[in-house]
Amino acid sequence: MLKQCEGSHAVAEAVGLCRPEVICAYPISPQTHIVEGLGEMVKAGDITDCEYINVESEFAAMSVAIGSSATGARTYTATASQGLLFMVEAVYNASGLGLPIVMTVANRALGAPINIWNDHSDSMSQRDCGWIQIFAENNQEAADLHIQAFKLAEELSLPVMVCMDGFILTHAYERVDIPTQEQVDQFLPPYSPRQVLDPANPVSIGAMVGPEAFTEVRYLAHAKQMQALELIPKIAREFKDIFGRDSGGLVRPYMLEDADTVVVALGSVLGTIKDTVDEMRADGISIGVLGINSFRPFPVSAIRRALSHAKRIIVLEKSFAVGIGGIVATDVRMAMDGLDQRIYTVVAGLGGRNITRSSLHRVFRMAMHDQLEALHFMDLEWNIVNKELDRERTTRRSGPIAENILRDLGQTKSNVG
Amino acid sequence: MFQVRIHGRGGQGVVTGAEMLSIAAFLEGRHAQAFPSFGSERTGAPVVAFCRIADKEIRLREPVMQPDALIIQDATLLNQIDVFSGLDPEGYVVLNTHRSFEEMGLGELATRFRPERLITVPATELSLKHVGRNAPNVPMLGAFAAASGMISLDSVAAAIREKFSGKVAEGNIAAATEAYNAAKAVMEAAHAQAM
Repeated sequence: MLKQCEGSHAVAEAVGLCRPEVICAYPISPQTHIVEGLGEMVKAGDITDCEYINVESEFAAMSVAIGSSATGARTYTATASQGLLFMVEAVYNASGLGLPIVMTVANRALGAPINIWNDHSDSMSQRDCGWIQIFAENNQEAADLHIQAFKLAEELSLPVMVCMDGFILTHAYERVDIPTQEQVDQFLPPYSPRQVLDPANPVSIGAMVGPEAFTEVRYLAHAKQMQALELIPKIAREFKDIFGRDSGGLVRPYMLEDADTVVVALGSVLGTIKDTVDEMRADGISIGVLGINSFRPFPVSAIRRALSHAKRIIVLEKSFAVGIGGIVATDVRMAMDGLDQRIYTVVAGLGGRNITRSSLHRVFRMAMHDQLEALHFMDLEWNIVNKELDRERTTRRSGPIAENILRDLGQTKSNVG
Repeated sequence: MFQVRIHGRGGQGVVTGAEMLSIAAFLEGRHAQAFPSFGSERTGAPVVAFCRIADKEIRLREPVMQPDALIIQDATLLNQIDVFSGLDPEGYVVLNTHRSFEEMGLGELATRFRPERLITVPATELSLKHVGRNAPNVPMLGAFAAASGMISLDSVAAAIREKFSGKVAEGNIAAATEAYNAAKAVMEAAHAQAM
């Protein structure tokens, strides 16, 4: 049924329709409305045969998720930012043990300095943790991907992180088609675990593995993610058969076929990029977009196929690896190895900085005239940066950087609004 | 695409107002997107929320910088921030006050924007009267519906019923209706004067 609702609410409803048996979560902005919504649904009896567990921290949330998933219960949790960092040890265990937990990451920046706004630093920090990571472009897709995520996770016996932009999606009201229980039941069979902690048939899960077998276990984790490259498009097709719409898949092309310049990005910023590309196309500029839906596994072949004709590629990402630059761009470079293309990294939207069409126009045009540096920080205020660098050159005890900059900006605290 | 920016203060239901506006537009079969300018909301702090209304899917995620309509829930913001920033010359302004734009010292607005699209409404008084608390967001939507014709009063009432129930819903509907009628009366008087 079509609804005008908050993204968090749509996700809570979608998760509820997947008949989760255990939900354990610790609230953190901007994920809070999702787990609050699920808590209310369990309490009201809208979700049946489900235990909602209030835990004392994110570390406990993932630990409980591991325990419940290992007993064969369909398990869901959600987090963001520092909460994801706090659960990291258990995050690696969940994937290492092959437990098909589904977790929403409501993407948010990482501190310090503390920042509650959106970027992709949190889930990118876990890009090598062994979880599948899929990104939603809008709230319809965020809802749909959760339904697909349970199927994907359980078929592979691997955990799946559904990444959706915090605030920008979680707190946005837009139109979402919430499926019926019958549709979801038709799509998602009951969970049939590959491994289960069962007192009647005792097994160990998570025993120590030495050098004699560790490489093989780790290789099989990689092999499973490679299987996901086949399974993700298959699940997206099955989803379309039942729900009648395109959601998920590995990559999503837009105005790509004849494009000399292609912008690559993940998540909700794809919408603003597509609107910008429409305007540039109207001016006769040959530009297109490739959205990456599955970041882990990274669809190397699909990306190479989609981008092989492009003269230049602009990877726009909401995070970066300090000391080298783009994270997504590095992976794209690997996919395009050996081809003669310019690949630019544009870092944008850090800590909630707005990504506007006007800035995108400027940066895309600079790239098209090959006037963009290989690593570009969009809308970076150089005068503020240089002032602090000057201060550090001239004063030994120059003080805390973040507070210095806020003082330079004439603010004593971060501006709201 | 029609873009609305709502200014107010924490506690005045700015975000809820944008959400209800999007629900009202959705109920009329349109695409709508509502979102706040995100931050650590505190009571009394300036808050901004946005709503876009269109006939096709809305993909744009940037804040509304060139609004077609401004809903200003708290007149004290006029001294604090440039609420009129980027407003389209053909745009609408709905301001919460029992005074006129001239009495507010905003007479010059009529030279920059179309005078018949500038509406004041005593939304705080109306919410106190009908709901018993300072919640100007709903009567402002009633006045916006009258001023712009973008949504009907019936859709505003239906959106209120999605967000609230019982006496609170009915009180808000009464407040929205009175604001709608008051705005209509002001517009008709202005129209008669212009004739």
